[in-house]
Amino acid sequence: MKKMFFSLPNLLMALLLLAFYGLTYAGLEQGWIDDYYKLNLFLICINIILAVSLNVINGMTGQFSIGHAGFMAIGAYGSAVMTMKLGFPFGAALIVGAVGAALAGLIVGIPTLRLKGDYLAIATLGFGEIIRVIILNIEYVGGAAGLNGIAQYTNWHWIFFLTVATVLVIKNFMTSTHGRACIAIRENEIAAETMGVDITRYKVIAFTIGAFFAGLAGALHAHYFYTIQPTTFGFMKSFDILVFVVLGGLGSLTGSILSAIGLTVLSAFLQDYAELRMVIYSLLLIIVMLVRPQGLMGTAEFSYRGVAKLYDRLSGKGRGPGNDTAVG
Amino acid sequence: MEVFFQQLINGLSLGSIYALIALGYTMVYGIIRLINFAHGDVYMVGAYVGFWATTQGWGFLPALLLSMVVCAVLGMVIERLAYKRLREAPRIAVLITAIGVSFFLESTGVLAVGAKVRTFPNVFPEVKFQLFNGAIVVTNRQLVIMVVTVLLMLLLQYIVHRTKIGKAMRAVSHDAQAAMLMGINVNNTVSATFAIGSALAAAAGVLVGVYYNAINPYMGIMPGLKAFVAAVVGGIGVIPGAFVGGLSLGVIEALVSGYGSSLWRDAVAFALLIIILIVKPSGLFGSNAREKV
Amino acid sequence: MILLSVNHLSKSFGGLKAVSAVNMELRMGELVGLIGPNGAGKTTVFNLLTGVYQPTEGDIALRRQSIVGLKPWQINQRGIARTFQNIRLFNNLTVLENVKIAYHQHASYGIASAILRLPGFYKGEDDMSQKGIELLKIFKLEHKKDELAKNLPYGEQRRLEIARAMAAQPQLLLLDEPAAGMNPQETAELMDMIRWVRQNFDMTILLIEHDMALVMGICERIYVLDYGQIIAEGTPAEIKSNRKVIEAYLGEDISHAHGS
Ligand SMILES: Nc1ncnc2c1ncn2[C@@H]1O[C@H](COP(=O)(O)OP(=O)(O)OP(=O)(O)O)[C@@H](O)[C@H]1O
Ligand SMILES: [Mg+2]
Repeated sequence: MKKMFFSLPNLLMALLLLAFYGLTYAGLEQGWIDDYYKLNLFLICINIILAVSLNVINGMTGQFSIGHAGFMAIGAYGSAVMTMKLGFPFGAALIVGAVGAALAGLIVGIPTLRLKGDYLAIATLGFGEIIRVIILNIEYVGGAAGLNGIAQYTNWHWIFFLTVATVLVIKNFMTSTHGRACIAIRENEIAAETMGVDITRYKVIAFTIGAFFAGLAGALHAHYFYTIQPTTFGFMKSFDILVFVVLGGLGSLTGSILSAIGLTVLSAFLQDYAELRMVIYSLLLIIVMLVRPQGLMGTAEFSYRGVAKLYDRLSGKGRGPGNDTAVG
Repeated sequence: MEVFFQQLINGLSLGSIYALIALGYTMVYGIIRLINFAHGDVYMVGAYVGFWATTQGWGFLPALLLSMVVCAVLGMVIERLAYKRLREAPRIAVLITAIGVSFFLESTGVLAVGAKVRTFPNVFPEVKFQLFNGAIVVTNRQLVIMVVTVLLMLLLQYIVHRTKIGKAMRAVSHDAQAAMLMGINVNNTVSATFAIGSALAAAAGVLVGVYYNAINPYMGIMPGLKAFVAAVVGGIGVIPGAFVGGLSLGVIEALVSGYGSSLWRDAVAFALLIIILIVKPSGLFGSNAREKV
Repeated sequence: MILLSVNHLSKSFGGLKAVSAVNMELRMGELVGLIGPNGAGKTTVFNLLTGVYQPTEGDIALRRQSIVGLKPWQINQRGIARTFQNIRLFNNLTVLENVKIAYHQHASYGIASAILRLPGFYKGEDDMSQKGIELLKIFKLEHKKDELAKNLPYGEQRRLEIARAMAAQPQLLLLDEPAAGMNPQETAELMDMIRWVRQNFDMTILLIEHDMALVMGICERIYVLDYGQIIAEGTPAEIKSNRKVIEAYLGEDISHAHGS
C-alpha cells in the first residue's frame, strides 16, 4: 500500500482549501466579508502559524519553550526594516524576517539545550525578554515607540498560502524519519539517544524550524497592522501562543490549529468585555488543565481513517473500544 | 565611587524585595517542583491589602501583618484548588495552570480595583539621611525595607530549622515518599509552605507600596519573574540561596542603572539567569541531581 | 576475535563506588551473562558501555577502539544497542515506528526531501517499513504494528524493546533483565528467541538477568558482579559451584535466586 503525494484524500483536501480560498477572496473583493471579519480571519491565520510552529518545539520535541514571541519580534522587525527602510519587496522581507528568526532560534537553541524542563522554560523566557529589551534599545527601529507606518502588504493571498505552506511543511517534517526522531526525544530522551538519535542536532533543528515560522508570522503581523512596538512581543504574547498549543494538545497539529481558531474567535466575542475576557480566558485555562491536562487532542491527529472510525462509533456500528486516533 | 555606594544601597533595598519574593518561589519549588508563576501576583494582592489597610488609617505594622495573613490564606487556597490535583500530572500542565492562576489574579484584580495606578498613603514621611557630606543618601524607607527583610529572614530560618513544621518541610522537600512513610502529613506541609511563602511575598508587596508609593494589578509580573531569576541564581530549593540571589540581583540591577542605562536593566537580569543556567544550573548554592537510568 | 574489552572500569556516584575496576572481555559471537545481587552495579556497567554515564576511570574498547567519551548515539552507530531494565519505549509512537527509529541513523533521505515529499522520501519510508515489518514478524509483533507502544501488554513491550534494539543491527546487544516480570512460559519463549536471534544474526549478546534458570540455560560464560567488583567468571557449571558466588547470594541456592 504505497502512500503517494497525489492520493485521493490529498486531492480532496487541496480542492476544499482552494474552494475556501476562492470564496473568501470573492467575499473580500465584493465586501461580503467586512473589516471586522477580515481582521479576525487574518488573526486566525497568524495564530495558526504561531501555534504549529511552537508545537514543533514544545509538542513534537518535548522541549519547553515559553519565549516564542521573541522570534516573532525578530521576524516582524527584520521584515519591517527591509520594506520600510531599505525598500525591498515584501517577498524578500518575509524571507529575511523568517531566516533572521531562525538564526536567533539557532543561537538560543545551542546554549540552552543542555537544560531540561522548567529550567529550559525559564531560559527561553529570558531569551525572549532579552530580545525584546535589545530591540527596545535600538534607536534605528524606534526604541519604545516602535515602527509606525509599515505598508500593509499582507493580503489574503500571502496569508492564505503561507499558512497552508507552514502547516504542510511542518506536517511533512513531523511524519518523516526526522520528525520521528524529534518525537522519540519527547517520548524518551535516553532511549532515543541510545537508539542512535543525535538529540542535540534534532533539538537545534526543532528550535530553528519553530523560530523560522514564528518569524514568518511576525513579518505577516507587522505588514498587516501598520505598526509594531517591543511591548507587542512581550511574554504575554508568548503565553498566548503557549496556550494555543497546550489547549490543543501538545504534539497534535490538528489540536493546535483548532485551538488557534477557537481561542481567536473566543477573544473576538469577548472583545467588548476586555476585562472579563482575561478572567474567562484564565479560568478556561485552569479548568482545561485540571480536567484534561493532555489538551483537546492529546497527541492525536485528524485522519480520514479516524473520521471513519468515529462515524462508525457514533452510528453504533463500531466494534471494540474507541481508538484515540479518531478526532476526539 | 559615590555612585557605586549609592547604587549599592538602592540595590540592597530593591534586592530585599526580590529576596522576599524569591523565598516563596524557592520553598514551593523545593517541595513540589513547581514554578509557581502566580507567586508574583500574590505579592500584588499583598500590596493591595496593605493599601486598603493603610488608607483605612491602620499603621504600618498592623497593615503588614494583615496583608501577610490574608495572603497566607490566599496561597493555601490557590494550592488546594488549582495545584493539588496536578501533583502527578505532566510538568507542563502544572506550569500552564500556574500561568492560568497568575492571569486570573491579574484580571480579577483589574476587574475589582481597575487597572489604574494607586498611590499608597504616606505611612512614613520620607526622611533622608545624608552620609559623607551628602554624597550618599539613605532614606528611612530603605532602612525599613532592609530591617524588615532581615527580621523576616531570621524568623524563616527559625521556622525551618527549629520548629516541627519546618522539619516536616525539609523532610518532604528531601524525599516526599519517605516523608510520607515516616508519618508526615504531606498535604499539610505543602499548605504550610504555600502559606509561609505567600506571607513573605505579601510583606514584599506592602514594603514596595511604602517604598515606591505606586501599585497596580500588573505590578507582580516583572518582580515575580526577577525573583524567580534570583531563586535560580541562588540555587532553587535553597533558602539562603534565594536571599543571597535576591540581594545580588537587586545590586546588579541598580549598578547597571547607575552606570549604564535603566533600559538595559531587565535584560541584565535574564542574561544573568542564562549564564547561571548554563554554567551552573544548580545555582550558586545548589547541588546537582541527575536522572537515574 | 575480541569484540569488546573493558579495562579497569570504575564509576562513582559521590562517595558510592557503583562499579570498581571491572575487567571484561567478550569474543565475537558469544552469549555472556552478567549476574549479581540487587545494587551490584550491573545496570551501571550497561550505562557505561552505552555512554549514558561517563566512567570515572578505565577504558572501554569496541574492536580495539576506545569508545569512552563518545555520545550514546555515536556508540549506537558503532554497533552497541541495548534494552532497559525499566522499559523505555516511545509510548505514543506505534510499534512499527518504534522500530523505525532504529533505522533513523541510516536514513536515506534528508529533511528537504521529507518536506517536499520527493520520491526519495517515499522510497526511504517504504524500505524502512518493509525492514521493520520483517523484524516484527520474527518477534511475533507484526499484527500489532499499528498499535501504540503504550497499549501493548507488558510481555510484548519487553519483546518490542528487544526488537527495537535488534533493528539497529548491532554487533553487541545488551539486554537488561529481559525476562523481568514475565511468567515461566513467556520466559521460555524469550529464551528460544534469544538463541534464535544469535544464531541467525551472528550477534554478540551480554545479558543481565536474575532468573538463574534462564542465565544458566543459555549463557556460555558468566561474569558475577558484587559491590561493583567482578568476583567470578566462568562457565555456568563453574559459577554454580563457586564459593564466593554462593556467599554473595547469602547462601541462597543460586539456581533459585530471584531478584526484584
Ligand atoms: N545515577 C545514579 N546516582 C546515584 N547512584 C546511583 C545511580 N545509578 C546507580 N546508582 C547506585 O549504584 C549502585 C548500583 O546500581 P545498579 O542500578 O547498577 O545496580 P544493579 O546491579 O543493576 O541492580 P538491580 O539488580 O537492582 O537492577 C546502587 O547502589 C545504585 O543506587
Ligand atoms: Mg539493574
